[in-house]
Amino acid sequence: MKFSFSEEQTEFRNMLRRFLQDRSPTSEVRRVMETEAGYDRDVWRMMAEELGVTAIHIPEAYGGAGFGVSELAIAAEEAGRALLPSPFFGSTVMAATAIAEAGDDAQKQALLPGIAGGGTIAALAAAEPGAGWNADAFAASASPAGGSWRLTGRKSYVLDGMAADLVVTAARLPEGGLGLFCLPADSAGLMRRPLQSMDPTRRLAQMDFDGAEAELLGGGPEAGASAWARTLDIAAVCLAGEMVGGAERLREDALEYVSMRMQFGRSIASFQVTKHKAADMLLEVELAKAAAYYAAAAADGDDEEVDQPLTALASLAKAAASDTYMQTAIHAVQMHGGIGFTHDNDTQLWFKRAKSSEAFLGSAADHRERMLQHWNA
Amino acid sequence: MTDMTEEQVRAEVRAWLTENWDPERGLVEWRNMLIGSGWGVPHWPEEWHGRGLPVGMTPVVEEEFDKLGAVGVAKMGIRTLAAATILEHGTDLHKQRFLRGILTGEETWCQLFSEPGSGSDLAGAVTRADFRDGKWIVNGQKVWNTSAHHADFGLLLARTDWDAVKHQGLSYFLLDMRQPGVEVHQLRQMNGHASFNQVFFTDAVVEPEYRIGGLGEGWKVATTTLMHERRGADGVRRYATGSDRPGRIYEEERAEVATVMAPYVWYPQRTGRADLLIERARAAGRWDDPAVRQEVAKALTLARTAEWTARRAREAQQMGRPQGPEGSIGKLAASVVARACAKAHTMIAGADAMLTGEDDGTGGVVAEILVSTPAISIAGGTDEIQRNIISERILSMPKEPRHDTDRPFRDVPRNQVG
Repeated sequence: MKFSFSEEQTEFRNMLRRFLQDRSPTSEVRRVMETEAGYDRDVWRMMAEELGVTAIHIPEAYGGAGFGVSELAIAAEEAGRALLPSPFFGSTVMAATAIAEAGDDAQKQALLPGIAGGGTIAALAAAEPGAGWNADAFAASASPAGGSWRLTGRKSYVLDGMAADLVVTAARLPEGGLGLFCLPADSAGLMRRPLQSMDPTRRLAQMDFDGAEAELLGGGPEAGASAWARTLDIAAVCLAGEMVGGAERLREDALEYVSMRMQFGRSIASFQVTKHKAADMLLEVELAKAAAYYAAAAADGDDEEVDQPLTALASLAKAAASDTYMQTAIHAVQMHGGIGFTHDNDTQLWFKRAKSSEAFLGSAADHRERMLQHWNA
Repeated sequence: MTDMTEEQVRAEVRAWLTENWDPERGLVEWRNMLIGSGWGVPHWPEEWHGRGLPVGMTPVVEEEFDKLGAVGVAKMGIRTLAAATILEHGTDLHKQRFLRGILTGEETWCQLFSEPGSGSDLAGAVTRADFRDGKWIVNGQKVWNTSAHHADFGLLLARTDWDAVKHQGLSYFLLDMRQPGVEVHQLRQMNGHASFNQVFFTDAVVEPEYRIGGLGEGWKVATTTLMHERRGADGVRRYATGSDRPGRIYEEERAEVATVMAPYVWYPQRTGRADLLIERARAAGRWDDPAVRQEVAKALTLARTAEWTARRAREAQQMGRPQGPEGSIGKLAASVVARACAKAHTMIAGADAMLTGEDDGTGGVVAEILVSTPAISIAGGTDEIQRNIISERILSMPKEPRHDTDRPFRDVPRNQVG
């Protein structure tokens, strides 16, 4: 198992960080989050065409760059650090992974190049109200109709659902297994509405399927369930990356603030209570980073010495990162004092992302339970 | 020598071992051969029993030893701190006199730093060394001295100048423990073990040539010792048990390991024993309790992430990359892990957490965990000191205001009673 990044990976990270500092500083994040689309089309186009961020882990045979989950998670980490409002996570991380995991060759040939090129934005509509991301509890159903399928049910918390041209979804097959399906976002019988997300940089939608026609990805009920599980694993790993990126940014900004702020005639960074809090924040973020990086390496099959299945490691990383992100955000607001609670201070933006990340893809408690169910003891 | 490739090193050490390794040799005889060849401490200088190889090659050499089951030089216990300190600051006389005995294991060492009145504030030591009639005469008391009851020599930090400011009034000595002026008493801990000692000096003597470092430069020398001590405390330290193979040399090594490791028999328990959690939860019939499962998962997560963080730090170091923050948080992480594990073990044990010994259902192991974990956040630098270090050195936050460095040490307020 590797415990360090290669020079190429570091170079990729640095390039992305420079790009986002330049093109998506917080002033831009604030502007874009007030727009209806919720992302900047020029930035998206540049990320796709110049940086290839939309193609990272998609196999070269399907128009992608053929890199691994580690590189994908680096991109997520940098996006999380910059709080980039973008369909990257919904389209590249979630939907493309689902298609790559579930689709047959012809489907991947038809669907993935568009996503890899950024021209197609896809969304994965899997979670349901009540069920969350627990596939065993999904109620949406599929029934055969001629050569294709008709879907019925409600999907929610669909990341980047309104921006999507293409929808991938999960529904119960007549025999009870799980199928992954895809359909154009403007299909008849598919109603979308934006949800009011507390985090305006993370856009969520609700989707109602009322007999919408869809294509089954791949075949067989077992294939659907395992493709979903693997998709959720990779999404959890990348979300862990996104979260540790955000947490580190919060930690650094809070440290910079306390180093400038004077009270009682001295820098508040000189108070031991502040110093010890800063040290604990560093510890927590470093531990969560180690988990996110390890799980990403495990997802890429760098599996010498890995004694746990990916699902256990992905859930461990998600739980660790979401607890850490939220705790770091709480500390960061506190270290800013009153100004940290204002709309104008940027801390609140990351605080909301941390809060939304706690719940997205399932809570830390859900993931700890999932981790133990797959743990090799 | 230093520009040998990994393959060359591997081939050379393998050839030497193939020719010389014999488990029926005596331990000291074998280690003297290792010293002669330089393969015992390949990263040490050639003139002092090594081969001058980069530190990164040591694991390569050790791997070749492991393949044959070949025994290495003595590297457990305080002797490693003594060796590092002597190598960096010692005179040729010190190196000549002590390094071989350290490596062969014939002479053992203890550290004489902490005092009842100065724990975290080590530089506040008041054990005194006075120069009288051409010798250093030592008086005072030290505490928390592992292995002092069988040590041949001690690494002593003592005050030689009371008019100098605190850190400039200390000197560092290599003290012979086998003399009338040195008295050692074992110290009993809250977990029932007695791993440490108190050492009392009454006119103990050090010959002038056994001061290490300049007069008043003891703190600088102590910093080296402490740095090596911290390096060994990052949670990746392995608890040696000795090989169970047959052969004279293994028998001798087992006896040595048993002596050196005796103070540490409970150390696995102070880590919190994440490895026992699931097994214990199953055995106690608590594995289906969702609350227990959450606590176990949290503890396992912390234990794993601490381990991966340490691995990240080590790999970066091996690759010669600048050390990131991951290298400085291991000690603090170990405390967090131990507390989370103790909490989970308590939940698993239920009312049995009130019991100990044969009655706690685990032969006393869990009870020992519960009363041993408080040690990990104190020993080798408290969590509070670690946080100061991290915030000041890694995060560049302002240093603590202090009231002990601007005046002669004799005027610094200090504890009156130990």
